Amino acid sequence: MSVQSPISSVNDFVVRFANVNGSGSASANELFARAILRHGVPVSPRNIFPSNIQGLPTWYEVRVTEAGHLGARGGVDMMVAMNPQTWDKDVASIEPGGYLFYDSTKPMPSSKFRADINVIGVPLTAITNSTYTDPRQRQLFKNIIYLGALSALLDMDPKLIEQLIGEQYKGKEKLLSSNVHALHLGRDWALQNLKCPIGLKVKKADKVGDRIFLEGNSAAALGAVYGGATVCAWYPITPSSSLAEAFTNHCRKLRHDPETGQAKYAIVQAEDELASIGIVIGASWNGARAFTATSGPGISLMTEFIGLSYFAEIPAVIMNVQRAGPSTGMPTRTQQCDIIACAYASHGDTKHVLLFPEDPAEAFEFAATAFDLAERLQTVIFVMLDLDIGMNHRLCRPLRWDDARQYDRGKVMTAEMLEEGRDFGRYLDVDGDGIPFRTYPGTHPTKGSFFTRGTSRDRYARYSEEGPVYADNMQRLVRKFETAQDLVPRPLQANAAKPTKYGVIYFGSTAPAMDEAIEMLEARGHQLDRLRIRAFPFHSSVASFIADHDFVYVVEQNRDAQLRQLIVNENGIDPVRLVPILHYDGTPITARFIANAIGDHQDHLKVTPLRKAVS
Amino acid sequence: MTYIAKPKFHHPGLKKNELGYTHRDYEGKISTLCAGCGHDSITASIIEACFELSIEPHRVAKISGIGCSSKTPDYFLGNSHGFNSVHGRMPSVLTGANLANRDLIYLGVSGDGDSASIGFGQFAHSIRRGVNMTYIVENNGVYGLTKGQFSATADRGSKSKKGVVNTDNAIDLVAIALQLGATFVARSFSGDKTQLVPLIAAAIQHKGASFIDVISPCIAFNNHAGSTKSFDYVREHNDAVNRLDVLVGREPIHVDYAPGTVQVVEQHDGSRIALRKLDADYDAHDRLGAMTFLQKHAAKGQIVTGLLYVDPEAEDLHAHLNTVDAPLNRLDEKALCPGSAALDKINASLR
Repeated sequence: MSVQSPISSVNDFVVRFANVNGSGSASANELFARAILRHGVPVSPRNIFPSNIQGLPTWYEVRVTEAGHLGARGGVDMMVAMNPQTWDKDVASIEPGGYLFYDSTKPMPSSKFRADINVIGVPLTAITNSTYTDPRQRQLFKNIIYLGALSALLDMDPKLIEQLIGEQYKGKEKLLSSNVHALHLGRDWALQNLKCPIGLKVKKADKVGDRIFLEGNSAAALGAVYGGATVCAWYPITPSSSLAEAFTNHCRKLRHDPETGQAKYAIVQAEDELASIGIVIGASWNGARAFTATSGPGISLMTEFIGLSYFAEIPAVIMNVQRAGPSTGMPTRTQQCDIIACAYASHGDTKHVLLFPEDPAEAFEFAATAFDLAERLQTVIFVMLDLDIGMNHRLCRPLRWDDARQYDRGKVMTAEMLEEGRDFGRYLDVDGDGIPFRTYPGTHPTKGSFFTRGTSRDRYARYSEEGPVYADNMQRLVRKFETAQDLVPRPLQANAAKPTKYGVIYFGSTAPAMDEAIEMLEARGHQLDRLRIRAFPFHSSVASFIADHDFVYVVEQNRDAQLRQLIVNENGIDPVRLVPILHYDGTPITARFIANAIGDHQDHLKVTPLRKAVS
Repeated sequence: MTYIAKPKFHHPGLKKNELGYTHRDYEGKISTLCAGCGHDSITASIIEACFELSIEPHRVAKISGIGCSSKTPDYFLGNSHGFNSVHGRMPSVLTGANLANRDLIYLGVSGDGDSASIGFGQFAHSIRRGVNMTYIVENNGVYGLTKGQFSATADRGSKSKKGVVNTDNAIDLVAIALQLGATFVARSFSGDKTQLVPLIAAAIQHKGASFIDVISPCIAFNNHAGSTKSFDYVREHNDAVNRLDVLVGREPIHVDYAPGTVQVVEQHDGSRIALRKLDADYDAHDRLGAMTFLQKHAAKGQIVTGLLYVDPEAEDLHAHLNTVDAPLNRLDEKALCPGSAALDKINASLR
């Protein structure tokens, strides 16, 4: 007996696919997401997967959102329950009035269902087994068959799905036609046996525009290609491996000499993260643009070299695709938990530049810019991605490149400059910006060579343990870090419609959820000015934004409010002014979470007139 | 006397090489190591080898880890860029540097603590990748800078200066290098410059992973009775299988030895070395034979020295990666950036 009316919604719902890892469901599910995009309706898909190759549960969630809310929403309107292992939990997670789609080949006891949801049974196994005999085919086509059934239930245009299948299997006629056949098997069964469409519908719209759909790791890797990286050394670690692999694929297509077939890049899968960063530092020292991709445990291993990069002033780019820590933590879950670890990585006094891209488009831009910054500042630059940006397809603005753009190779003294008699001191602050000149090895037979070391040295790179010499160098490094403040991407501010005393600071993958949360908070009557931080060291506008507001919420995806700590520490802000909003269970932060957390806090701040209170 | 700046003048009649450089042009700062240190003899041998080969000093990149041995790149080739990096991590830094610019000569200087303990992994992996380098381990069996602890190459049963007997088995880096596919493997002794100089010269000319283990007694902590890395012990147990002459140019070789005892090895780049056999049974082209020979002699307490293995047809990491001939660090935007038109195509494929 259902008292709950079925959820009815056009172009605004969440479908979650519950699958078994390794069952070939990923490509069918991705096809589903892309098909909706082809209807002109934005989607935001997310992989929720275990640290496992085969057998464990995996989910794929597609948020259909004509309004373009690309953050995770929370809640499930339709569950495609294909995994018996997680059935109970999956059924329980459906919103009241939502839909349960399942394989009805084997009868299920009624106790396995809920009264307040709508159950849609399709005998997937029966349909599959009567059509296919090969076990592998049975498994793969079952996924396409449920996609076909869903297309009927959600009122999708099958032509658009066929078109996508056509693009995917271009030139592989047999695979193409068999996939289209499977699609219609499911679709036709649903049309003949079920009430189609259900309350959830996909309706053609024009809300995707020229946006593209890609993963942040692939975008960052492409940024490295465009940014002129020639050396990449890496060690496999989730969720960053696909970044190095994407770099390899992009280079294969874009970086081979058309005549000789030779590679204009060198990629080494190193023996560990120590070697990865060592190779990067060796290559950068020798004038190539080099990077590594890693995640938290890799950063821990690299810290000695990171200190060398800081102190000996050698460029390096580290793309850190963050995952939940500490230790092995949750390797396949997202967090923004390496802020402090990266900002202050290494023993001794160090500070490092961090960039916080919000999505794949910015990951592309920041990855390319990181190489300019690394060579300009002659130090390590971290591009702080996370699993949510890195390993999920995200709709974002098209990637752009200005062909007039030139690489900033920084202050490099050439043989000609040395011949002119320019004074070369490797650690001499000639311009007052804290940045010295360097020379590449092999530049000049008699001038400009120096000995690079992690030990203290004077302005001419001569070993010294004299206190004033050491302090002079350390102060110059501070000066250099101040210079960095104006070179890194600036924070972006968006003010509320009405003047407000409250602000919110956020960064990275929180952005789409934050944008949506602002709308929800406005509906609750809360106005907030927003500042999205895009880099550390913090630009002066961060301090002024805080000064302009009574309270500023700092929204982040870690337990210890790491960005807030960094702001308090680096800008001398009274911690009371910064209210932490923390999400750290490994799932991507949602607008609902942010709006509730900030909304509740704001409600407490509201002054209730005394008269009203006693009446 | 390390506080005294090294004088720059030299005798006007000092011998010059093909490039017109004298020995002095290959020297570096005054050594800060102990007087009599074996490492200083290796430094002198490197200078000699580079002089003999008429290498432009600034075309060498000298890279080291941390330790006494790793300090030495400051004491030779003063016009070269040097990099005293992180303990045990010379091989990765060198690998990266080599990838960035294949045109320079890469000289990796390390010690037994640096390469056999903390950096054992990096040593192994740089060798198995075939990085084009000359990797020299200045092997004294102890940690000098921290005052005499055993290192991983100290022989089992050898005695420390304080009288402690080492109970751990020793790592033989030469045996490991052979197993991992190094294409030039040698062992020598810092006290035998006539053997060492041509070995270093030949290793520099070799286009692949060259490894030389140089037993280099620590005068301060490992040169006593009971040590197996002391000058006396190494002299008594040195079993040289061959002697080497590096042939510069194409002039015919004058052989002063019995017929059949000299073998000319032509390397991939056309450079040649003449190998004088001291042990008639030893074949420096037989990797397996070399490994067996080493093990048998090690069991007898003998230290086998000489050119132990060379593959004249060696390939290096750049060949494996099929990189362009131009150094990667010289490629500009035009060569590296695919441009906006290519990006538009990529965008179109992502819709």
